[in-house]
Amino acid sequence: MEPAVRTRGLSKDFFGQSVLEDVDFDLRWGEIHALLGENGAGKSTLCSILAGLYHPTRGEMMLAGAPYSPHSPHAALEAGVGMVYQHFRLVEQMTVAENILLGNPDVPVRMTASGLADRAREVMDRHGLWIEPTRYVADLAVGEKQQAEIIRLLNRGVKVLILDEPTAVLTPREAEALFATLRNLADQGQGVILVTHKLREVQQSADTVTVLRSGKKVAHQGVEDTTTHDLARLMIGDDLAPGSGVDASHTTGDKLLELHSVSVVSDAATRPELDDVSLTVRAGQIVGVAGVSGNGQRELAEVITGLRTTTSGTIRLRGEDISSQTIGSRINKGMGFVPEDRLTRGLVLGLEIEDNVLLRSQRDREFSIGPFLRLSAIRQWARRLIDRFDIRGVRKGLPISVLSGGNLQRLILARELSRQPALLVASEPTRGLDVGAAEAVRTTLKTERGRGVGILLFSGDLEEVLGISDEVVVMYEGRIVASRPASEVDVAQVGRWMAGVT
Amino acid sequence: MNDWVLIQSLVVAVSTGTPVVLAGSGAILTQRSGVLDLGVEGTMLIGAVTGFWVTTATDSPFAGLVVAVLAAAVFSMIQGVLAVSLRANQVVVGVALVIFGSGLSSFIGSQGDPPLARRFSGAIFTPVYPESVHDWPAVGPLLLSHDPVVYMSWAFVAVVQWYVFRTRTGMHLRAVGHDPASADAAGLRVSGMRYLHVALGGAAAGAGGGYLTLRLFSDWFDDMTAGMGWIAVILVILASWRSLRLLVAAYAFGAISSLGFTLQLLGWNIPTELLAILPFLVVYLVMVFVSAAERRSQMPAALAEPYFRESR
Repeated sequence: MEPAVRTRGLSKDFFGQSVLEDVDFDLRWGEIHALLGENGAGKSTLCSILAGLYHPTRGEMMLAGAPYSPHSPHAALEAGVGMVYQHFRLVEQMTVAENILLGNPDVPVRMTASGLADRAREVMDRHGLWIEPTRYVADLAVGEKQQAEIIRLLNRGVKVLILDEPTAVLTPREAEALFATLRNLADQGQGVILVTHKLREVQQSADTVTVLRSGKKVAHQGVEDTTTHDLARLMIGDDLAPGSGVDASHTTGDKLLELHSVSVVSDAATRPELDDVSLTVRAGQIVGVAGVSGNGQRELAEVITGLRTTTSGTIRLRGEDISSQTIGSRINKGMGFVPEDRLTRGLVLGLEIEDNVLLRSQRDREFSIGPFLRLSAIRQWARRLIDRFDIRGVRKGLPISVLSGGNLQRLILARELSRQPALLVASEPTRGLDVGAAEAVRTTLKTERGRGVGILLFSGDLEEVLGISDEVVVMYEGRIVASRPASEVDVAQVGRWMAGVT
Repeated sequence: MNDWVLIQSLVVAVSTGTPVVLAGSGAILTQRSGVLDLGVEGTMLIGAVTGFWVTTATDSPFAGLVVAVLAAAVFSMIQGVLAVSLRANQVVVGVALVIFGSGLSSFIGSQGDPPLARRFSGAIFTPVYPESVHDWPAVGPLLLSHDPVVYMSWAFVAVVQWYVFRTRTGMHLRAVGHDPASADAAGLRVSGMRYLHVALGGAAAGAGGGYLTLRLFSDWFDDMTAGMGWIAVILVILASWRSLRLLVAAYAFGAISSLGFTLQLLGWNIPTELLAILPFLVVYLVMVFVSAAERRSQMPAALAEPYFRESR
């Protein structure tokens, strides 16, 4: 039997830069085929070509043995190839039924809301899936939206289903439900392509795996014939194995940041956001803050950096009370900040890299004369940062929104660290990054610690907190419930503290 | 006799509101597709001048109206090409179109011998039903005394409402306006839908403009729309992109605009300049309350946003 999809020599250039190079890819009917690679490895590009969103620069594609070159997503859909994007192609302001039947030529020209819902029910029964058709998509949980998206594609007669990082937005339970759905579809003979950078998912749910690195195919094999370790090596390359960061020996110095009984109460009726928080960060020390999201970590980071004001208590930076100082003066006194939400608070995506590295430094003598910017100095500085922090994908004249997540994070770190801060507050610096990029960020943090920078690290990844911190503090309901040297605690113990068990 | 005053002012409200009903319902179609057509005022002016020109030449207001509709649809294609294909800023394009439409209509009006501005058209739209039924109590003046364009505008409003919410193409229209990327992924032709509805909106604005010269004023003069196109755009938002609500809003606007006339009938004397700004004040107030009360916004989420498939 002809394979479902076959590509030969498939390549794609963006703005003269090659993002996909000579990829031969084969998908059989009835299999779940994982497409594995780091961010920026070309997985999404390959899928977007298969789904008709991008056109290949070179190469050819076959669908069920016939030449296939969709000129639009619509043409791909007509041919039976549909993609579930990370950002669902659902119209939030419309109902589930309307979304499922959107663009379906079988829908009668004249229709009513109830007639539409009946049709949608019929479709869902046929595929054994269910979402209440009269609900508005905006009101659905993420997992439900994804199901609606899959139903929509199945209704269009899709035979090859592509899912782009489908579990990135799901809870573990929703992810399990998704994999069950996909297995069921594969058993019905569909071809399923699963894009991911999570090794565990590949092992857990796929039959076959193709690994991409820097736009090239580096492996194609059955999941049974491989191990997680092999896949990690293939994905990242031999040069940078995870966990290879060297733990530089270092000495702990003077007190940098001291919080004394800091409280934040925004509404007297509810519990305080921060309740009597005291902690100390010393030079050359990483203090990791653990806790279930929403227990005051965000407020703590904001109160230290000046985005939020304290209700009571004092914050000292190198002995000086900064509790009521502006963000700008805290920055000038040596504080760096990597915000949790890097895309909206950390960077201006629509601007070029020069403008982004200049943020926070715009008043420095080095870069400005009065109200005028010294553009050549700024440009040179940006180039130095690009080299030093290995920021890839920067194109002159294009906004930084073309960069991948890992490179954006490197850019923020580059900007903050280039100011040589005494103290760095880093919120979730590795969230959403793939293994290699996350490891690079952790290595950078450790290097800075070796140079005497004090780091306050907020992270939802407990292993990360325990792995690189010297001191661990645990937050629960706005309070610090435990504070220990990292060497004296284990995951289970910290987990109990996080859950409020003492 | 206050009943008589009330009924007469409602009748005036209907005729004053009709151009706004037509242009506004058309603008609903355009905006539902995600294109913000601020150029309605200019498009109406094109409809007004071309309709008048043809009518003075042919003595047929129907011919005038048809030409007004076609000319305005063609004129609105400027917006289509710039906003949809070339992805220009729609606010700039719209405002520029008002200025262009105003200038172009004045130029057309200065042509001919004698120029249009000095012609008077004898042929205008007249009531559909004979005079005798106009005096029937209440329904006579309110429902049976109108000219064909008013009845067409009612039909148009009903058709727009039905089309947007009860037809497959209407569903596609809403999808394109809310989320062009999703609509594209579902196989809808985003640009095609936008062009079509820009043209339909333009055509309706042309009819609204034509009504000014072919019935309301039965004459042509420079910039005769006097802000009606802008009012139509505002009322579209006020009516949350629903044509039945727009009809009510437009007639309310007509009633408030003709308040001076009503008050004169009642023998009051209030400066007309003061009365002229009243509709705008009312619109602002109502808008505040409506937007506060709306549970699920009907505003096309991609309004005024050009769509480019390969943007990253």
